[in-house]
Amino acid sequence: MLRAVPAQLRELLDGELDAPDLRRLFPPAYEDDADRQAEYRSLTIDDLTERRREAIHVLEETVDAGHLTEEQLTAWLGVVNDVRLILGTRLDVTEDSYTRPPPQDDPRFAQFALFSYMGFLEENIVEALASTLPPEG
Amino acid sequence: MRQSATMARTAPVEVERPTADTSTVPDLPWLVIVWNDPINLMSYVTYVFQKLFGYSFAKASKLMLDVHHKGKAIVSSGSREKAEFDVSRLHAHGLWATMQRDA
Repeated sequence: MLRAVPAQLRELLDGELDAPDLRRLFPPAYEDDADRQAEYRSLTIDDLTERRREAIHVLEETVDAGHLTEEQLTAWLGVVNDVRLILGTRLDVTEDSYTRPPPQDDPRFAQFALFSYMGFLEENIVEALASTLPPEG
Repeated sequence: MRQSATMARTAPVEVERPTADTSTVPDLPWLVIVWNDPINLMSYVTYVFQKLFGYSFAKASKLMLDVHHKGKAIVSSGSREKAEFDVSRLHAHGLWATMQRDA
């Protein structure tokens, strides 16, 4: 699964970046200023896309690694979070979705299961990375 | 945001009194706002605030809870260029951030 999912994410990034599935990956900075928003998007879209491609590459290169560096784990976190954003958008996830997931005979069941697993994985990655933050004070 | 089972096991926040914050600093016309969404994990949002802005766990947690409970929070402010930079970093991390001029 951790091979198939990054490849699918790359395919989406190779496609139409205005796709509804991807709107959470490229939200607007300016909500009430179309000109500035267009400028912001043109200035940032390549970088935002390229960072994601690089993270996918790192995950693919290290998917079988027994140990991950902080940098590699950060790349994993980026991919996992992006996949959650896309799945959550597709599934139209709300706060209630977590306590009332789709039943097994629902066509969304498999995607929701993947979404839930990605959340579990992300929690563990965040916990590991949070321990690498510089000490406070 | 989503509070996971993992988060639920631990105390989610150390309450911190609101400090002077950036809102009291003059000549900071642009505000960076993060909006609540039902997808991003609470622990992740807290981590991103700590990592990007160097905030303490207590401050990052308070901002995260403001986003969660009030629907949004101002996470940084400054010149238009700085605000755009911060917004783009938040977007790179998948957070729903916008910017607007301080009213």
